[in-house]
Amino acid sequence: MQGKTGGTMVEMRNIHKWFGRVCALRGVDFRVGYSEVVGLVGDNGAGKSTLIKVLSGVFPPDEGEIVLEGRVVRFSSPRDAMEAGIETIHQETALVDTMDVRRNIFLGRELTYHLGPIELLDLKRMAEESARALREVGLELRSAAASVRELSGGQRQGVAIARAMYFKTRLLILDEPTNNLSVKESNKVLQYIRDLKRQGISSIFITHNLHHVYPAADRLVVLKHGEKIADVDREDTSIEELTHLMIA
Amino acid sequence: MNGTPLARKAPATPMLVKRLRGILQVKETSSFIMLLAAVLLFFLLSPRFLSLNNIAVILEALPEVGILAAGVTMLMISGEFDLSVGSVFAFCPVVMVSLADLGLNIWLAMFVSLALCCCIGAFNGLVTLKIKIPSFITTLGGMMLWRGIVLLITEGFPPEFPSEASTLRAVLVGQVGLIRLSLLYFVALVFILWVVLERTRFGNWTFATGGNPATARVLGIDPRAIKFRNFVLTSFLAGLSGLIQASRLRAVLPSAGQNYELDAIAAAVIGGTQLSGGVGSVIGGAIGALLIRIIDNGLVMAGAPGYWFRVFIAIVLILAVILNTTIREKAQRMRY
Repeated sequence: MQGKTGGTMVEMRNIHKWFGRVCALRGVDFRVGYSEVVGLVGDNGAGKSTLIKVLSGVFPPDEGEIVLEGRVVRFSSPRDAMEAGIETIHQETALVDTMDVRRNIFLGRELTYHLGPIELLDLKRMAEESARALREVGLELRSAAASVRELSGGQRQGVAIARAMYFKTRLLILDEPTNNLSVKESNKVLQYIRDLKRQGISSIFITHNLHHVYPAADRLVVLKHGEKIADVDREDTSIEELTHLMIA
Repeated sequence: MNGTPLARKAPATPMLVKRLRGILQVKETSSFIMLLAAVLLFFLLSPRFLSLNNIAVILEALPEVGILAAGVTMLMISGEFDLSVGSVFAFCPVVMVSLADLGLNIWLAMFVSLALCCCIGAFNGLVTLKIKIPSFITTLGGMMLWRGIVLLITEGFPPEFPSEASTLRAVLVGQVGLIRLSLLYFVALVFILWVVLERTRFGNWTFATGGNPATARVLGIDPRAIKFRNFVLTSFLAGLSGLIQASRLRAVLPSAGQNYELDAIAAAVIGGTQLSGGVGSVIGGAIGALLIRIIDNGLVMAGAPGYWFRVFIAIVLILAVILNTTIREKAQRMRY
């Protein structure tokens, strides 16, 4: 079943993953198109996280391959995946609470300048660029030097998404982005995802809450016991049908 | 009703509040306030406290616990502890003097003993990070182990400070006017470590490692490599400060540095470093070390019995944590 937004950006073919004798993924095929929002749903233990960890370079598949824009790729670390334009946002690991916004946005990819042989952080440019990145996602913060601890859950997601967009991520994986968020803030996150799509960035929205993902997704993929049991465009299905698939 | 749109407009932050918030957000504010308070208190108790001679006395021993505290601060920010620094402090000069005794050139002996200290740090790091034992335990073991080895080497008697070490002594702790060279090294070191921590990638990654190692890992930083380097740095600085004290006292005491591990942690915490990692300041740690020196000296000048020392440190320590926490919260709430 083709997504409505055109060609395939990334495709995972026949992915298998075992942990000891436990089989977490049994031959899953999964694809994401350009500018497409894919909802990845399933109950706890269905294999959602494992599939995403394979895609984002946390660990390699035991069988199967990943094809990015027509070429087979092997990621040996999340860093490799990031360099290929695939970035994951996970609430607990997205930001360092004790650091300010600009340092978070540029963490691991700091802007620097040289003072003789010494390489120093360019905090001023990092603050300016952060402010620009935050404006892109429509997030108004008092200052890019504010501590992340001061931010609400939705604002934190906004900072993480701003970071991904700043670094030209082409596929953003959002792992349970609406967990523990108020209704208002969840809606804000959904808005971010729509904005991403408008800017040509694909995203995978992982959740066990169909009500959050359904309005935002172009296509929904349901995993169960490590197998893909459904892969449907949103207009061809309904929340009721998907719920039935997930729990049946 | 028509007042609502106006009221919703956020009022511009007044300049004064902005500036105050700026000051409160400086990590070193609370330790600096306590430093001023302690200076004032001891000056009132004994005006001689601020005499030039006495200031020289206070600063004379400052680099020893100060350099130690600078290393411990870095390590704590990265999220680990080192309780073995006090023993390494004694170990380094003992090894240097023993090697010199065996006929090794004193400079070479110093180089070897400092290199051994780095190895101790590397050992602490490897055991903690590879075998995943809490550093509190690893370095508690190290504290006993290295003190024990110091006692084994010396059999409990302080070896003689070698006469050929006079040049080394002049370089480490030579007198320049009222102060010793070691104070200049200390100030330079604090400045360098401040730059490293606040203005380099390594420093940024040290904060991230202590703040949230999982985030660091996701963003391609190896928290273990960062911690490892801080372990090595801490042990190296512990050895260096041990050499400075031994040179100053012209004595290599097997009991040197006892309790210094706790003083160093106290200095770091007074300076705003959090036990949980991710937050801290090298300058704060230096202020904390100075505060400890001032309390030590000020009580003597005021004629108080020495027992008061620990009581005062305890009060300052707890006060510092309370101040740091409340000031941070206040600064965050001052949005308007």
